[in-house]
Amino acid sequence: MTPLTTAPPPAAGAQPRAASARGERTGRLLQQYGAPIVLLLVAGVGAAAFDGFASTANLANLAVSSSFLAIIAVGMTFVIISGGIDLSVGSQFALGGVLAAWASQYGWAAALALPLAVCGAIGLAQGWIIARTGMAPFIVTLAGLLGARGLMLAISHEGAETYLVKSDAFAEIGQGKFLGLSYPVYITLLLFVLGGLVLQRGRFGQHVFAVGGSEDAAGLMGVPVTRTKILVYLLTGLLAGLAGALNAARLSSGVTILGTGMELDVIAGVVIGGTLLTGGAGALSGTLAGVLLLGVIQNIINQIGSLTSAYQQVVSGTFLAVVVVVQRYLSRVQRLT
Amino acid sequence: MSPSTSAQPEAPLIEAAGVVKRFPGVLALDGVSFGLRAGEAHALVGENGAGKSTLLKVLTGVYRPDAGGLRLRGEPVAFGGPFDAQRAGIQAIHQEIGLVPLMSVARNLLLGREPRNRLGLIDMRALHRAAEDLLAPYGVRIDVRRPLRSCGVGTQQMVALARAVSVDARVVVMDEPTSSLEPREVETLFGVIRDLRARGIAVVYVSHRLDELFRVCSRVTVLRDGRMVHTGDLADLDRLRLVSLMLGRDMAEVRAEGMTKFSGDHERAGDVPVLEARGLTRRHQLDGVSVTVRPGEVVGLGGLLGSGRSETAKAIAGALPLDAGTVVVAGTPLRWPTTANATKAGIAMLPEDRKAEGIVPALSIRENIALAALPGLSRAGIVSDARIDRIVGTFMKRLRIKASSMHQRVGELSGGNQQKVLLARWLATEPKVLLLDEPTRGIDVGAKAEVQTLIDELAREGLGVLLISSDLEELVEGADRVVVLRDGAVAGELTGDQVSEQGVMAAIAAEPEPPAAAGPAPGDEAPGDGAPADEAPEADPAGKDEN
Repeated sequence: MTPLTTAPPPAAGAQPRAASARGERTGRLLQQYGAPIVLLLVAGVGAAAFDGFASTANLANLAVSSSFLAIIAVGMTFVIISGGIDLSVGSQFALGGVLAAWASQYGWAAALALPLAVCGAIGLAQGWIIARTGMAPFIVTLAGLLGARGLMLAISHEGAETYLVKSDAFAEIGQGKFLGLSYPVYITLLLFVLGGLVLQRGRFGQHVFAVGGSEDAAGLMGVPVTRTKILVYLLTGLLAGLAGALNAARLSSGVTILGTGMELDVIAGVVIGGTLLTGGAGALSGTLAGVLLLGVIQNIINQIGSLTSAYQQVVSGTFLAVVVVVQRYLSRVQRLT
Repeated sequence: MSPSTSAQPEAPLIEAAGVVKRFPGVLALDGVSFGLRAGEAHALVGENGAGKSTLLKVLTGVYRPDAGGLRLRGEPVAFGGPFDAQRAGIQAIHQEIGLVPLMSVARNLLLGREPRNRLGLIDMRALHRAAEDLLAPYGVRIDVRRPLRSCGVGTQQMVALARAVSVDARVVVMDEPTSSLEPREVETLFGVIRDLRARGIAVVYVSHRLDELFRVCSRVTVLRDGRMVHTGDLADLDRLRLVSLMLGRDMAEVRAEGMTKFSGDHERAGDVPVLEARGLTRRHQLDGVSVTVRPGEVVGLGGLLGSGRSETAKAIAGALPLDAGTVVVAGTPLRWPTTANATKAGIAMLPEDRKAEGIVPALSIRENIALAALPGLSRAGIVSDARIDRIVGTFMKRLRIKASSMHQRVGELSGGNQQKVLLARWLATEPKVLLLDEPTRGIDVGAKAEVQTLIDELAREGLGVLLISSDLEELVEGADRVVVLRDGAVAGELTGDQVSEQGVMAAIAAEPEPPAAAGPAPGDEAPGDGAPADEAPEADPAGKDEN
């Protein structure tokens, strides 16, 4: 499941205006609301078929287990809209967890600050290289993926040493509950609200859309292209580090085997949510639905019981393939000239 | 927008003084001076290679001049890039519009200047209202929340214009702004240009449509071969004079003939036309072009840059999808107009841009020549080396290709010899019709003469030749008949004694026949879509090579 090769939408020939305007509108609606609708349908089927699915405990569990992926997906949405990709987030997630667990001996503040600082620095470096040298984000963040995982293995002595969280206050951040939901769920929702405001209503969000839509035009219109690119990778780095730290708090330890292949799940969630892999269009509401959809599919397959969780990958992969094909079709319909 | 501009009417708003721009092997601008006054619409005209686009790019900060410089209201300036020029108030409206297609119309219009509320967030309602207000003077009434790309090209151009003007533009550069507009949109655009002028904004207007120039522009600057050959009031020139300035053929000196290597008339063997193109039509580019070529005849295709010459050739060769029209080769119509079918039917085309569309520089002469003929030379997919050697050897001798051996890489050859390799490639397919688009452009004088002789010989052997050339002399002396195109339609056909440089220029400059939109009659909509020659479609010059 490598969703990284959607070709740019082809320049189609002229089409009748009226038909195309209608097609364009349905296309836009489908792009925007496709993922939430499918999410509701799948969840409805799950609730009808399995008694356990709609139980409070199961839904709360679903929410918290999806929240780490979702936090990273906020950053990934910015990156993909800006026309880039970040493959290093899975490794940064694992690195963040190990760093947080190790730093928890100096208190909860250190446990949060260290992963944010290190992963933020990695993101900043990646963004700087991508924006300044014009190298492909794919390659630069692939290097970041290898580097961050290597660093994590070095710290944990090839995974031989597992750091346990020493600060109760820090563990509380990951395990504490309010109204039956863990704190990470609230943090995730807060990030989505803030991110959505920045993306849709903030100046930085406009820059991200403009850079992803047409870098040359953005430059001509006075958008600080380089700075925008650097900032989106900084953002994913920070959020991957934060997600890693929160996960470590939840598990009370820095688990080294986590996060492998997670970047692809994050990308899948973002793209299923309707963000164009070619950049320039997308929304965080879709991303939230996309990530939850992946979680719900996983959860239902667990309910079935007789299927191994590997089938979750098959189903998600199929979803992604369908979404990418539909996106390509939609962008052709939406293109008038 | 700026109150100061109207104060000094005669001071040039922006001025290029003695601008020189050199590219490897080409002197694109040779001491060009160009002044733009506030409130004028200034036509910038010239044929291919005249230096028009280079000058525009110097003015808009894309290129830096090698010598000479720009003065903005008398003060010397040096633009570090397009963004600098924009900040100085010079806005360019290009064919490829400098906006973000996926973003909404409103966000595009106000990017960087969005109205915000107390929390620093964009106020969407104010944004949409501001966008609607900005668009209102341009006659554009659309849902500004729609993505820009879902709007028509005309609307997109208006949005670009509205944004440019609203960002305090003092100079607006329009490069072929009407090439993809409907007649109604053209009228709106002309209205907008009048408004801009009234507000003291200067417009640089580049177009190949003479009617438009005479309708909207007050002054004109003519470039030719990188030099400024004329600048002054447009009213002082008539069409014929303007065309002769552009083409660089003075009426008086046209007499000296016989400079090219063409021998003159060819005997016309056979009455069945080897090529008959009927009513070739493509939206915004070709409007019912018909051309007939008999065996042994050289038919010239004349007209200004962008008149549809290359498009006609490409359409015949199956390289340009058509809305209507048929191509008949030796009595048999092509059923599916694709390049493969056209080649099979016996049409061979030498494209205008041989680097991009023709030769494969890294391959040898032998491979380049054999490329097109391969299907004919192979049996069951196996190619006989000996046969290729024989054929390539024959053509190298016949076309006098100068190379160390047939294994030399084509990229190492001179322009003239590259052209001959291309010619050999197509001759190896044993074509019936040869379409030559600017066959002698960019090759030296000696090679030019050889290619001209070769065209002559080929015609005498019974090939039908369609010759496109912006070199009037070459066209007139090489062709037995000249079909003149204007704005994508046939403007006239010259035969016998009419085939002269004056004849071609007169045909290009002639007033379009339908009197429909000849006068300034705003709001007067032309009957039918793109029917009259006046608003007839035309190709944009940049897209000419790529489409």
